[in-house]
Amino acid sequence: MIPGTFSYHRPKSVQEAVSLLGQLGEDARPLAGGHSLIPMMKLRLAVPSDLVDLAGIADLRRISQEGGDIVIGAMTTQHEVIASDLLGEKIPILRETALLIADPQVRYVGTIGGNAANGDPGNDMPAVMMALGASYDLTGGSGTRSVAAREFYRGIYDTALGAGEMLTAIRIPMPASGHGFAYEKLKRKVGDYATAAAAVILTLSGGKVATCASGLTNVADRPLFAEEAAAIVTGSTLDDATVEKAVAAAEAITSPASDRRGTPQYRTKVAGVMVARALARAKSRAA
Amino acid sequence: MAQTQISLTVNGKAVEASVEPRMLLIHFLRDKLRLTGPHIGCDTTHCGACTVDLDGKSVKSCTVFAVQADSAEITTIEGIAAPDGALHALQEGFREMHGLQCGFCTPGMITRAYRLLQENPNPSEAEIRAGISGNLCRCTGYQNIVKAIQYAADKMAGVQEAAQ
Repeated sequence: MIPGTFSYHRPKSVQEAVSLLGQLGEDARPLAGGHSLIPMMKLRLAVPSDLVDLAGIADLRRISQEGGDIVIGAMTTQHEVIASDLLGEKIPILRETALLIADPQVRYVGTIGGNAANGDPGNDMPAVMMALGASYDLTGGSGTRSVAAREFYRGIYDTALGAGEMLTAIRIPMPASGHGFAYEKLKRKVGDYATAAAAVILTLSGGKVATCASGLTNVADRPLFAEEAAAIVTGSTLDDATVEKAVAAAEAITSPASDRRGTPQYRTKVAGVMVARALARAKSRAA
Repeated sequence: MAQTQISLTVNGKAVEASVEPRMLLIHFLRDKLRLTGPHIGCDTTHCGACTVDLDGKSVKSCTVFAVQADSAEITTIEGIAAPDGALHALQEGFREMHGLQCGFCTPGMITRAYRLLQENPNPSEAEIRAGISGNLCRCTGYQNIVKAIQYAADKMAGVQEAAQ
């Protein structure tokens, strides 16, 4: 399969990249790892006029601690996320999630920024970023603005990104030390998108849930922030009756598509199962 | 059609070429450089038959544009054996342990396993299976591929010990 023709650009700085995207117009696309975009181009489902390759911009490839935040440059690969000691220690859910994305070859190239910004409801990082309360730095011709992950997603491939804007960094407020975490994903095989998946971040105090946040993957036209489910378990010991209520609340906000992964009813039930498992595993890991 | 100039190193040799931006790396390697070891299997980023080593990463060359490989160092299956033709431990392992039947996936398997063993010289069976989870084989059931990679890991460790 041969993609359509396009012009290739390889800017050296974010400023040069956004100025190119502004000049070239809406048929130009930034190219990160390309492992969503290039397959779409091979199928001619995407026919960009220009690709602005971000690989030459060193600033976009970093993992650092800035004040109370961990900042991950948009071009950081999933492989680099997995290999990062800082992330492994401070935000281990990112390694757990990245290891469930695609396969080793794809993770060497696929980026966290592409996964977060593409707007594909099957991508795994968005629900995790919602649970973590992350925010995205969106840079365009007139500067950089910050949008919360929980506000970013609007529909399939529809996000808060404006024309000529690109995601440059993800900022994650440092989770409390001793927090529990889990990303539970049911998939049919290596490399598959989730039938349904759930992210949970929680803290315990005296055996009870002190704080909790949860996100759901691939059970609607966008990633979902399961606010009510998390509120229901807060203050509880995660006893069966409470978890059952939380699961029902999570199931109630889903509206999955019917596809080869299953019927909407099945995928809604799987989402509930993933929430229950993620809650239990997060609790078992919390100090 | 507009062409872009690229220069890169493939199997230790400097290569300069003029390519259309839309040319995929697998087509560049196979059609322009006549390196037909990397195979086109699924052409959809699943099967791993087109795997090559690019700047120390295993990549599926059906999902990379040749222009993205400008100034990169690439190793294909053709570059795995020693210059005198002596087989790499992995190639020997695949022969000795019957790590292939039809052989279609083998160039990708060996190239991927090459990087895996660079990163983790003594992998467990589970780590080998996870490490080659992006490479599909429809003949072997993977059993002998895992043994072949274990053979190579053992042999490479032995060579290192002998050198010390």
